[in-house]
Amino acid sequence: MSLKDKLNELHERGLAEIKKSGDLKDVNQVRVSLLGKKGPITEVLRGMRDLDAEERPKVGAFANEIRDDLTAALAKRREELENAVLNAKLANEAIDVTLPGTPVAKGEPHVIQQIIDQIEDLFLGMGYQVLSGPEVEEDKYNFEMMNLPKNHPARDMQDTFYITKEILMRTQTSPMQARTLETHDFSKGPLKMISPGVVYRRDTDDPTHSHQFHQVEGLVIDKHITMADLKGTLQVLAHELFGDKFDVRLRPSYFPFTEPSVEADITCFNCGGKGCKVCKNTGWIEVLGAGMVHPNVLKMAGVDADVYGGFAFGVGPDRFAMLKYGVDDIRNFYLNDVRFLNQFTKKG
Amino acid sequence: MKISYNWIKEYLDLNVKPADLAEKIERTSVEVDDVVKPSDGLKKIVVGHVLSIEAHPDSDHLHICQVDVGEDAPLQIVCGAPNIAEGQMVIVALPGSRIANNVKIKKSKMRGVPSAGMICSLQEIGFSEAVVPKEYADGIYVLPADAKPGDDVYDYLGMNDSLIDLDVTPNRGDMLSLYGTLHDLSAIYDLPVKFDQPAVKEAGEPIADQLSIHVDESLAPQYKMRLVKQVKLAPSPMWLQIRLWNAGYRPINNVVDITNYIMLKYGQPLHAFDYDKFAGEDVYVRNAKAGEKLTTLDEGEHDLDVNDIVIADDKAPIALAGVMGGLDTAIADGTTTVAIEAAVFEHDHIRKAAQRHNLHTDASQRFERGVNRTGLQDALDAAAQMMDELAGGTVQTGTVVAADNVPAPAVIDITMSRVNAVLGTDLDQAKVTHILETLGCDVTADGEKLTVTVPVRRNDIHIPADLLEEIARIYGYDELPATLPTGRMTMGELTTSQKLMRATRHSLEGLGLNQAISYALTTEDKAKMFLMQPSEVTKLAWPMSVDHAVLRMNVITGLLDDIAYNSARKVKDVALYEQGRVFYREDGTDRPSEQEHIAGAITGTLLPTAWDAPAQPVDFYQVKGIVAAYLKDMAVNGDVTYVANTDMPEMHPGRTADILVHGHRIGFMGQIHPTIAKKFKIGATYVFELNLQAIIDMPKQENQYDVISRYPAITRDVAMLVDNDVTNDQIVELIEKRGGAFLQSVKLFDVYDGVKVPKGKKSLAYTLTFQDKHETLVDDVVTQAFEKVEKRLQDDLGAEIR
Ligand SMILES: [Zn+2]
Repeated sequence: MSLKDKLNELHERGLAEIKKSGDLKDVNQVRVSLLGKKGPITEVLRGMRDLDAEERPKVGAFANEIRDDLTAALAKRREELENAVLNAKLANEAIDVTLPGTPVAKGEPHVIQQIIDQIEDLFLGMGYQVLSGPEVEEDKYNFEMMNLPKNHPARDMQDTFYITKEILMRTQTSPMQARTLETHDFSKGPLKMISPGVVYRRDTDDPTHSHQFHQVEGLVIDKHITMADLKGTLQVLAHELFGDKFDVRLRPSYFPFTEPSVEADITCFNCGGKGCKVCKNTGWIEVLGAGMVHPNVLKMAGVDADVYGGFAFGVGPDRFAMLKYGVDDIRNFYLNDVRFLNQFTKKG
Repeated sequence: MKISYNWIKEYLDLNVKPADLAEKIERTSVEVDDVVKPSDGLKKIVVGHVLSIEAHPDSDHLHICQVDVGEDAPLQIVCGAPNIAEGQMVIVALPGSRIANNVKIKKSKMRGVPSAGMICSLQEIGFSEAVVPKEYADGIYVLPADAKPGDDVYDYLGMNDSLIDLDVTPNRGDMLSLYGTLHDLSAIYDLPVKFDQPAVKEAGEPIADQLSIHVDESLAPQYKMRLVKQVKLAPSPMWLQIRLWNAGYRPINNVVDITNYIMLKYGQPLHAFDYDKFAGEDVYVRNAKAGEKLTTLDEGEHDLDVNDIVIADDKAPIALAGVMGGLDTAIADGTTTVAIEAAVFEHDHIRKAAQRHNLHTDASQRFERGVNRTGLQDALDAAAQMMDELAGGTVQTGTVVAADNVPAPAVIDITMSRVNAVLGTDLDQAKVTHILETLGCDVTADGEKLTVTVPVRRNDIHIPADLLEEIARIYGYDELPATLPTGRMTMGELTTSQKLMRATRHSLEGLGLNQAISYALTTEDKAKMFLMQPSEVTKLAWPMSVDHAVLRMNVITGLLDDIAYNSARKVKDVALYEQGRVFYREDGTDRPSEQEHIAGAITGTLLPTAWDAPAQPVDFYQVKGIVAAYLKDMAVNGDVTYVANTDMPEMHPGRTADILVHGHRIGFMGQIHPTIAKKFKIGATYVFELNLQAIIDMPKQENQYDVISRYPAITRDVAMLVDNDVTNDQIVELIEKRGGAFLQSVKLFDVYDGVKVPKGKKSLAYTLTFQDKHETLVDDVVTQAFEKVEKRLQDDLGAEIR
């Protein structure tokens, strides 16, 4: 048998052994037995000295070829086996991915806060400032400067928590209108503001009344602000809070601090406008009061009512939340049952 | 105010259904509470003729009646009404009928006697108790004798009318009458009103010879009376009774009914006095005198106030002007001469009198809002004429006019450009003029300037803006375009403090606390707890309940109330925070200052128990971790330290710390005192409260890049035994001071005070990390620094290094 045949035979035998090797230890043994210093290939190479000088390099190259091939086969086999071991290990590590995740501490903003933030963000985007006023107000700002002098019959509409004759818990966020109008410098630009906050009324708490609730007041004063602008602004607000398919309509109403005064209704969210029990079959739900700022309010704050004018609106986040989520008892907002609070996780 | 659809149609050629009319009123004029047709929901209720009655054999109050209901044979109906009698025309609910409140009537037996239906009272077919004539209040109603058996009863009782309940805003006093409503509808539908004023047939003596009136015109700018003699009191005719009960008034007798009817029709409250009961022939309109008393029609006794306006005769007050008449001069059996009063009283006085005496009447409501100052004589004449016609009275000649100061109509200039500039419309002058004219205004034009004379009855219109509202609503709000404000641009941005408040909320939510919004009005007891600075309480002058009578001076108690609410509902794990204001008041001032606070309260476990995480009850250090993380989030610049506070009465004396920034106290945290927990009926609860305003005002760290060393750090651990009263802060402070230039951090990794350490001692262990920014540290340098620290710990704090 020529050296070459010997090498071919070694090659085939080697490949078979490699294939047969069952674990990494086997692979190592095969490697030592085939390629080691005392292995058959080394031996074959050693036998080359008996060859012709001409043949020697050819057989040498052939031997190296075979050695390389066997080395590669060994590496491949090793990798296969390593992967098999790893896969077996991973298979062993399998867990039930349907078990619940480890709890992490995570709180939620109050649902009323979510609505206020949403309103704030909308109006910030339209260039409004956000201003907050005192909760304990002077009668002057809460009523008088809002065109509600001491004996105005409409004061009966607002039962008030007085602290003294002149100091009270604000019944509306409107006093910020007067406070801001007093200080705003119109030469620097129009006044566009919203004022969110807590307000108080002398009411007995029941499912639809709360002695404490929230309001967001809005006010825009410039030289050319129209009632159509008010309508458009309220439409944007309704779309933001309730969705694009909600329509807004205006109805006449009465507030001493606006003239004309309107009540704004939106499409009933319950029936989509077809008429149902919630909307008393009108297809509409009353959501806010608004109007063009009464000239007396401007004058009392020192603003020239012949030059400047604009609109104001007041929305109730509590009422919005009740409508939007179908909350049937306003007291839920102030009792803070965590099971209630945790339901409102969709922000915006 | 409930207004009748049929009544409106007598004066206006309307071609709309009641529901559509109501909708139109709501969209254009005033709110509509509801529209009710009284016969809706009723079925098979007919006129019955009581042919005979006999006593029920087994009852002392039931009667067995044979009733003709227009069928071949009479029905036998058992009836328990005390006023049932043979020959009456009655209301019969037939078998299979439906009466009020959706009750179905079937054939039945009453004490063994078959009964085919039911003879009804007005209440049983849906009438309110308040409108049923007194004589039928406790029994069945008797229909007029000409009613036809078998007919539906609804038309006989006015129940097929539709009643539109108007919720009239305080400015629209004119809408509290048929007259005013008709004029508004006339503008809305652009239709003429056919409103005829009847002529009064005067006879008898001149009234001036029989009555003198003396009026303080500052109290009653208008005051008139007519006198009607030989009046015969009787029930009003059906049509009048129907008008009244459909408007919510109980028919009483013809004279009283006429005054109520005229008020509903004209909006002018009238009062009818029994003239013969006057002491003398003089009537005074004046302020009440101290000590005077009056018993009003409703038999209420009133101590009069000197600010009350009264009508008085020579002896005593006979009416609380504009509110309610007196009982002594009231129309009653035997009255034959009626003095009818039509007046205008000063509205503030009326408002206060109504409040003072808690007598809010339909008259006072109208005087408060203002009546039609040009309509007094018409109302008075119409009433006198009806007393002639319906009560056979003789109207005495003339009217006593004691005061008649009718205000001048408002004249308002407005330009077309203003109208369109404010409304955002493009209306033409003809359209605007027409709208104003349909509202009863006179309009003259000078170019684009309109001069508008407003009818006196519209006392809510004074300035151009009022006219704009009239134009807008009649034109229709639906017709307005919808645009957004244009003009100079403005920036919309939150202020630094608003941003920090938002960041505060987001931070605490991220740390696991739910936002709560609690009541800011609380009890005095709770208001005073957990005080962070001395303050007087601020009390409501007239609270609604003791639970909400005082302004809070802490946020924590509100959260504890919330925890109590949760706890009572078996929710044991609660973690809440609240951002809100507290109200501090200095002695001698009325108005408290408002300070933003942030507070948290945690009870139970912060993390819900789970299959892989055992319950870990909240403790001091967990809450401290939250506070520390929050303050780090806010980039508070300065050392935050926690100093034990043993003195807060509401807090656990051994588990409370003041929170200081740069030595300045901004709040506290810890466990609430067990007695407080017990008071609130809650379990162990940890809280914190911080002055948020102080955090807002504090300097903040600027973000600066600090090089992260590329060279390896070396750590050394030290464990030591110290006396129990040596604090972690003392040890850390010492290590940091003595640790040398390369000490990067000191981290506590173990605390042990169990059985393996001597009594009065505790074991603490720290990891010290050393690192140089510029080169690799040499072990010797670290060892040297570390040994120095160990020595100092032993010398200064008596530590026993282990
Ligand atoms: Zn609906």
